[in-house]
Amino acid sequence: MNWITNYVRPRINSIFSRREMPENLWTKCDECGTMLFHRELAENLNVCTNCDHHMAIRPRDRFTALFDNGIFSEIEVPKPLSDPLHFRDQKRYPDRMKAAQRSTGEAEAMLIAEGEVGRSRIVAAAQDFSFMGGSMGMYVGNAIVAAAERAVKRKLPFVLFSAAGGARMQEGILSLMQMPRTTVAVQMLREAGLPYIVVLTHPTTGGVTASYAMLGDIHIAEPNALICFAGPRVIEQTIRETLPEGFQRSEYLLDHGMLDRVTHRGKMRDELITIIRLLTGQPPAVRGDLPAPEPIVSEPDAPVAPPTAEAPKTS
Amino acid sequence: MNYLDFEKPLAEIEGKAEELRALARRNEEMDVEAEAKALDKKASDLLVDLYRDLSPWRKCQVARHPDRPHCRDYIEALFTEYTPLAGDRNFADDHAVMGGLARFDDTPVVVIGHEKGHDTKTRIERNFGMARPEGYRKAVRLMDLADRFNLPVVTLVDTPGAYPGKGAEERGQSEAIARSTEKCLQIRVPLISVIIGEGGSGGAVAFATADRLAMLEHSIYSVISPEGCASILWKDAEKMREAAEALRLTAQDLKRLGVADHIIKEPMGGAQRDRDATIAAVGKAIGALLAEMDGQSGKTLVKARRKKYLDMGSKGLAA
Repeated sequence: MNWITNYVRPRINSIFSRREMPENLWTKCDECGTMLFHRELAENLNVCTNCDHHMAIRPRDRFTALFDNGIFSEIEVPKPLSDPLHFRDQKRYPDRMKAAQRSTGEAEAMLIAEGEVGRSRIVAAAQDFSFMGGSMGMYVGNAIVAAAERAVKRKLPFVLFSAAGGARMQEGILSLMQMPRTTVAVQMLREAGLPYIVVLTHPTTGGVTASYAMLGDIHIAEPNALICFAGPRVIEQTIRETLPEGFQRSEYLLDHGMLDRVTHRGKMRDELITIIRLLTGQPPAVRGDLPAPEPIVSEPDAPVAPPTAEAPKTS
Repeated sequence: MNYLDFEKPLAEIEGKAEELRALARRNEEMDVEAEAKALDKKASDLLVDLYRDLSPWRKCQVARHPDRPHCRDYIEALFTEYTPLAGDRNFADDHAVMGGLARFDDTPVVVIGHEKGHDTKTRIERNFGMARPEGYRKAVRLMDLADRFNLPVVTLVDTPGAYPGKGAEERGQSEAIARSTEKCLQIRVPLISVIIGEGGSGGAVAFATADRLAMLEHSIYSVISPEGCASILWKDAEKMREAAEALRLTAQDLKRLGVADHIIKEPMGGAQRDRDATIAAVGKAIGALLAEMDGQSGKTLVKARRKKYLDMGSKGLAA
């Protein structure tokens, strides 16, 4: 009839129908809205290929990309008491846990492992924001303590990737007590003379920032990550002012002296290798000689289940 | 006297007794003493009734009562030669945190605490007891001093939480809190902490990570305020009663969880009804807890303190 029905409407429809693409094949960048094909996104370590926005990455995927050949051995975390307070809000805490375990396929919000990075052995821990906001409860505390103990026992550097909304309210005071607990873990590393490198990723807030995430020998953040104690909304309510653009983001913290570096996820591995080798007095890494990290997605176009590492378990 | 909302019936009775007595003072022929006494009796029975089994939310209200003794009151009454020391040597002096050298029972100590202020002017000056990074950095400096000169440390905790402000974030609120907690775990001298009112989240942990933690009977210590918890988990800040219940933030629950080591009894009706008795009870507890630490080497203290926190929570409510 006219250009509106012939041209504009189909375009609008196509935009909407594009949004309804099956979620497992396409991911929409939260920042620029570009639809990203899963394989491309995974190859780019969940960094938007259009705007470089760093999206969340699951600990297993991160470890697969971090460790040489994608091989790491998971370290077992001592199981804490479940639901120590018999906490119940609108749902029971055990039910919330079960739901999180179902949706993530993980036991809890932190994964710890040992393996080689650029042929240096390290212990690594990664917090899983998709598991109840990565929140720090007894399990996360146990994981950090266990990882630090392993690092001390084997005299290895410890690299921790933080991502959490803060302490887990459902464990009440016992989640708060993970602040001193994890601080003790950091002190064990320090006394053993071992490097403790924190990689702060989006978001790292609350009691997590105010304990182990801010006690590293080296603080590296991924670009544009929210890193703070009190979140921007709380602050806006307190001071009744709108906060400036970029407030509490990585680059802002770098400017204010709270971080050593802001590093793109794609360059993180190389940078960690360099720093670890410098801190532990090893010769420079021989790049050409290094086995390449295993690609995350091996079967092209397979309906995507989250890639998992065939991690040999140690106990 | 400030009354809390649940004390309203009490306020009425006590008000009536007071009115009667005022009437009698103006009119000498009237003898109201018998009636007034009856009202007093009724009031004190009601007080016992109200406070016998305070709900967690009511305890929060009592813990925040404006008439409770605050850090300054304790320091003035329990310590001699208090010599305030100011500043973080970096940026500023935070008035929400007071601290310095003093004597407790003739022993030189370092005392540090959150001060909330007692009227509008002092509350603003003290930022309602909400410390900025400078407050925690001042505490770190004072703890270092204590460590170097072998002085026991006493901390008095009373804060709604660390200040959520723009400048505070810019200057590294998280880092400052983390360093203060770290310092608590490092110093080779006894560290005794008393929660005298509110132990609000990370802002409290930074001072309360101690060899011995005592809590006043109606004080609280929590990962988040009940209002904050309610607005996140119930999506309704008015559900603070339920949240207070679920969080197990009372001194009694914290003792069961092994977080608090000792509960200091408050006068009937809360610390605000008899400030002197409360202060004296806190003094007695500090003395007793310091005595427990007596003669232990720095190394032993640090080792035991770390073990205490590493083991914490492993037994849940059965601890």
